[in-house]
Amino acid sequence: MTRNNRTIFERPEALYDVVTHYCPGCTHGVIHRLVAEAIDELGVREKTLGVAPVGCAVFVYNYIKTDFLEAPHGRAPALATGFKRLRPDMIVFTYQGDGDLASIGTAEIIHAANRGEKFTTIFVNNSIYGMTGGQMAPTTLPGQVATTCPMGRDVSLVGYPIRMAEMLATLKTPAYIERVASHTPRHIVHAKRAIKKAFTYQLEGKCFSLVEVLSTCPTNWGLTPAEATKWTEENAIPYFPLGLYKQPDEMESD
Amino acid sequence: MARILMKGNEAIAEAALRAGAKHYFCYPITPQSEVAEYLARRIPEVGGVFLQGESEVAVGNMLFGAAATGKRVFTTSSSPGISLMQEAISYMAGAHLPAVIINIMRGGPGLGGILPAQSDYFQATKGGGHGDYRVLVLAPSTIQEAVDLTMLSFHLADKYRNPVSLIGDGMIGQMMEPVEFPEKYEEPELPPKDWAATGCKDRMPYIIKSLFLDPVALEKNSHLLQEKYERMKEEEVRFELYNVSSKIKILLIAYGTMARICQTVIDELKDDGVQVGLFRPISLFPFPEKQILKEVSRKNVEAVLTIEMSMGQMLEDVERAIFGAKPVHFYGRTGGVVPSPDEVKKQIHKLLSTDQGSRPRKRKA
Ligand SMILES: Cc1ncc(C[n+]2csc(CCOP(=O)(O)OP(=O)(O)O)c2C)c(N)n1
Ligand code: SF4
Repeated sequence: MTRNNRTIFERPEALYDVVTHYCPGCTHGVIHRLVAEAIDELGVREKTLGVAPVGCAVFVYNYIKTDFLEAPHGRAPALATGFKRLRPDMIVFTYQGDGDLASIGTAEIIHAANRGEKFTTIFVNNSIYGMTGGQMAPTTLPGQVATTCPMGRDVSLVGYPIRMAEMLATLKTPAYIERVASHTPRHIVHAKRAIKKAFTYQLEGKCFSLVEVLSTCPTNWGLTPAEATKWTEENAIPYFPLGLYKQPDEMESD
Repeated sequence: MARILMKGNEAIAEAALRAGAKHYFCYPITPQSEVAEYLARRIPEVGGVFLQGESEVAVGNMLFGAAATGKRVFTTSSSPGISLMQEAISYMAGAHLPAVIINIMRGGPGLGGILPAQSDYFQATKGGGHGDYRVLVLAPSTIQEAVDLTMLSFHLADKYRNPVSLIGDGMIGQMMEPVEFPEKYEEPELPPKDWAATGCKDRMPYIIKSLFLDPVALEKNSHLLQEKYERMKEEEVRFELYNVSSKIKILLIAYGTMARICQTVIDELKDDGVQVGLFRPISLFPFPEKQILKEVSRKNVEAVLTIEMSMGQMLEDVERAIFGAKPVHFYGRTGGVVPSPDEVKKQIHKLLSTDQGSRPRKRKA
C-alpha cells in the first residue's frame, strides 16, 4: 500500500449495492451502470425520475437509486410526458426494451419524440422478447430463430426488423438520437458518452433525447455470453449500424 | 357569484379549474370535445398543462405519469375513449394514484352513436379494466350538480388516492343551464401528499408501481384497496329522494338525466292524483344499497321500477340491494334514445293496473 492511494473505480452513488437478477452475459446491468454514472456525474440523482418498462428491466428500480414509476407495457413515454410536463425542473428518463418501445409502444415513442418532450429514453435493443422467454420482436433479425419463429424470421411473412433510431431521426422536431452498443469495453465507453450527452441535452432543456443501445440476451439467443458478443458484432451491428442519427443543432431545411 | 348560463361540458371544465385541477390531457371525441376546446383557452391563463395526446391509451398514461407528481390532474372523454383508458386506470388504482376521469357517455357498443346513453355503467362501477379494483363513480343530473360533483371528485380522489370517475350522459355535456360557482372553493383538509414522486432529496427513492410478483404481497395490496372501498361505502354514499312518502306505491330508481325525466313524470302524475317516488343514486360506486332497501321496505311500496338509458345495468345493483324483497321492474331505451316522460308514465300506469306480486319481472326495451 502506498500513501497516495486513489480511488479510480467505485460503485456510483445512483446504484444500489445489490445482487443482480439479470442472466450471465446480459448487458442490461452494464447499461444500468452507465445511466447511474451519468446521473452522478451530472449531480441530478435527487431530482431524477425514472420510468421502468415492462420487460426484464422492469426491476431497474431495484438498481438505480432514484424515484421511479412503473409503466404499463410500452407506455413509458406517455408517463414520462405527463410527469415531465408538470415537473419540467426534474430530470426524467425512460428505460425500455425493444418489445416495449418498438412494438406495443411504437405510437407513444414516436409522438413523444415528435412533440419534442424534454426527457431521455434509453432504448435497449436485444432483438428479442427477453422476459417472456424469447419470442420474436419487431427487431428480431431476418432468419434469427425465436420461439414464435422457430424456423427463423421470415421477412416475407412478418416484414423486416424496424430500425427505430433511423425512423425517429426522420422527424423534423429537433432531437438527439444515437445508436451505440454494450458488448465490448470500447463500445461501453462510447455508450457512456452518448448517455451522458442525452441527459445533458435534457438538463439544458434542449430536446428529446434517445440512445439506442444494442444489448445481449444470451439466454434467449441460445448462446454463451462470449458467443453473444460475437453475434452482436457479426449480426446485430451490420443491420443496426452504430452512430449519430440526429442532433438538435442540425440546421433543418424544408 | 352570479349565476351564468353555461353548456355542461364547459361548466365541468371550469369547475375542475376552480377545484385546483389545472393539468389536463385529452383526445377529441363527441359529445365532450367542448371541454378540451374550453380548456385549451383557459389553462394557459391559469398556468397549468394542457396537452392533446395521440390516443386515449396515451392520454390515460399521461394522466398516470402526471398523477405521480401529486398535483390534481384530469381527463375527459366519451365511451370508446374511456375503453382505451382502462389500462391506465387499472394501473393507477393498483399504484394508489388519484386522478379524475370524466365520461360523457354515448351509445355503444362499438363505435355506437354520439347521442346520450347510460350504457357504460358496468364499465364504470365494476372496475372496467383488469384486476380487483374499483373506481369511485359519481353521476350528476343537472349542470349545477355536474359542477359541484366535478369539484368534489378531486377531493375524493385525493382523499382515497384512487381514480374517481364522473359519468354524465351526452345530455349533461351538451345542455345549457344557469350555474353558480362558489366564490372561493373550500374543502376539508387532506393529508399531505408525502407519497408523490418529487425526487429523492433527503429521503429514500419512491417506487410507484403495481407489480408484486410475490402473491402474498399482491394480495396485501388488494386488501389495502379493499379497505379503501369499504371506507367509501361507509363515507361516500350519496343519493337523493324525490316525493318519497307513505303515499307511494311505486318507487322509481334512476340516475343522471334519466332521474330528471322521472322527476318531471312524478310532478305531472301528482297533478293527476297519482303519487310516485324517486330514489336517485348520486354515487354509483359506492352504490346506495342499504338506503334503497330502506325506502323499498316501506309498507306502502309495492314495486320498484328501474329506468335507465341502457338495457338494464344499474338494474343488477338494484336487484342485489333489494334482494327479492319487492318485485323489480325495468324500463330502458338505449342507443341514444332518451325515454320521454309519456313513455315512462305509460310504464307506471301499466304497473299500477296489474297485480305486482304474481307477475314475473319483465324486461322491456
Ligand atoms: C399489455 C401487455 N402485453 C404483454 C405483456 C407480457 N410481456 C411482458 S415483458 C414482454 C416483452 C418484453 O420484451 P422487451 O421489451 O424486448 O424487453 P426485454 O425483456 O427483452 O428486456 C411482454 C410481451 C405485458 N406485461 N403486458
Ligand atoms: S432473459 Fe435476456 S434480457 Fe432478460 S435478463 Fe436474461 S439475458 Fe437479459
